[in-house]
Amino acid sequence: MSTPEIPRPLDRPPVVRVRGLRMRYGDHDVLDGVDLDVRASEVVVLLGPNGAGKTTTIEILEGFRRPSAGSVEVLGVDPLHADEAWRARVGVVLQSWRDHARWTPRDLIDHLGSYYVPFAEDGRVRPIPTDELIDMVGLEGAADQRIITLSGGQRRRLDVAVGIVGRPELLFLDEPTAGFDPQARREFHELVHRLTDLDGTTVLLTTHDLGEAEKLADRILILAGGRIVADGSADELARRIRGTAEVRWTRDGERFVHAATDATTFVRQLLAEHPAGIDDLEVRRASLEDTYLELVRSHLDGDAVHAPVSLVSEVS
Amino acid sequence: MSARINAARINAARIGVRRGWHEFVIGLRSPQDQTFYLSMGFGALALLWFNRDEALPGTTLTLPQVALPSLLAGIVMFSIVIGPAYALALEREDGTLLRSRVAPYGLHGYLVGVGTLTVVSLLPLLVIVLGGSAVLFDGAVPGDPGRWGLIVIALLLGILANLPLGFAIGALVPRIQQVTTWGMLPIVGLAWISGIFGDMTRLWDWVQILAQVFPMYWLAHLMRYAFLPEAAVTNELYGVWRLGPGIAVLAAWVVVGSALATLLVRRMARRQSGAAVAEARDQAATQYVR
Repeated sequence: MSTPEIPRPLDRPPVVRVRGLRMRYGDHDVLDGVDLDVRASEVVVLLGPNGAGKTTTIEILEGFRRPSAGSVEVLGVDPLHADEAWRARVGVVLQSWRDHARWTPRDLIDHLGSYYVPFAEDGRVRPIPTDELIDMVGLEGAADQRIITLSGGQRRRLDVAVGIVGRPELLFLDEPTAGFDPQARREFHELVHRLTDLDGTTVLLTTHDLGEAEKLADRILILAGGRIVADGSADELARRIRGTAEVRWTRDGERFVHAATDATTFVRQLLAEHPAGIDDLEVRRASLEDTYLELVRSHLDGDAVHAPVSLVSEVS
Repeated sequence: MSARINAARINAARIGVRRGWHEFVIGLRSPQDQTFYLSMGFGALALLWFNRDEALPGTTLTLPQVALPSLLAGIVMFSIVIGPAYALALEREDGTLLRSRVAPYGLHGYLVGVGTLTVVSLLPLLVIVLGGSAVLFDGAVPGDPGRWGLIVIALLLGILANLPLGFAIGALVPRIQQVTTWGMLPIVGLAWISGIFGDMTRLWDWVQILAQVFPMYWLAHLMRYAFLPEAAVTNELYGVWRLGPGIAVLAAWVVVGSALATLLVRRMARRQSGAAVAEARDQAATQYVR
């Protein structure tokens, strides 16, 4: 009688599963009960104001920090007790500073990649061959220069290259494009798309660049006040905030702007009232920026609902 | 699965040796490192040269003959302890350690790399001092293969016994600046009480006993045993050569020191994260501004 269930991506066990995560420094709770899931092949962006705990969260997931409370599973294992085979499946993009200053990018990629040789699997060649990787991140021109002479942008490309050299199933990036110019940023976004398309890499990245979140994310999580206050695609989040659609038009040469809760109804009425004479009609939905600021503001004002705003369930 | 883990460990150790060698080669090409090797090596030779005519009272031995083995022991001890101490303190702040830790068995490889670099960096110094002494001072460097066998054994044991000390200091010091306080000063003090710079038989009893707890004294003692004629024993503590006890103490340091250093280094590595590196970077930046 019952039709066989077709497994959907949502039914697969999450790659990252966090419940009730708390992190306390002294008497201050940086994380105050974070719940989050990241599913296979998803690109999830963690957004939040400075000091919201984005870096803390990602470092706990990387196994570099012990949480005060809560359960954390990454690729099915608690990162604190994970073994080296787990490390081989996880990529971490670090912000380089002055490490390996006298090495060249080619030597460093070659060196760090060689640790992954014993961890190659069927269908997952490890590591990515050095030349291929240098091409992928666009470091051809600087591959044999000493690292200390690289520009900031080149250095970040090297950081990304080192993070993905083991062809990770799951990649963590903490503010990967901080300090990038628009061109470098665009190229980086293309690189992330290529990674997820080719290898099905799951990506969790933090940023406070909303444009970046919008371009990359399958799903955006907003972290504020130590909790996830919103969870959904950029569109879903924008739709969530009512009263922010903006309608502009001109009538008899005069410009009008109106913030409408229900833009469709408003426009219908507007056109009905003025069958002729409405020009340059423009409806602008709330941008992710509006949404983000609204969510963070309402949360900081304390009138936010404490349960995370889940949008996935409403839409699907 | 365990075969695979073993393979990965061996792979990482091999990568670590290559890493250490690569860093050594990079260093050889840098004027900074060249200056270090040349000034240390030729400085030691100059010290011996200016005292070449000084004979030791009651013997036919000259000062270069007597001082060379102790000086070599001092060079080994100093390089082997200070090398890893500085490397660990510096490279956990600048992110080198963290970068390696992200790779599977990367910490393993990193540590082997530091050890390899430390040991290989000794070679230019030993070559300059030993080669120079052979040319400059008659009878200072033995030619007999039996004695050379002993020299190699003493050097290997001395290196392995002192290496964990360097790792332990590097893991314990809170910041790079403290390596001088917690690394350099104790080493110089230890060299002093271990008879590297001169006669230790005139020191207080309790200082002599303290010196015999550490590998430094025993390395120097074994080196003198290998380099000097039998009769030089009159300058040794208690007037006897103690080959067996020397090897035993050094071997004990190899075993106990390695276990202790492993614990300390693991503890240190666990505390590293991107945020810790960023913090060190910010601190360095503010210091620079000041």
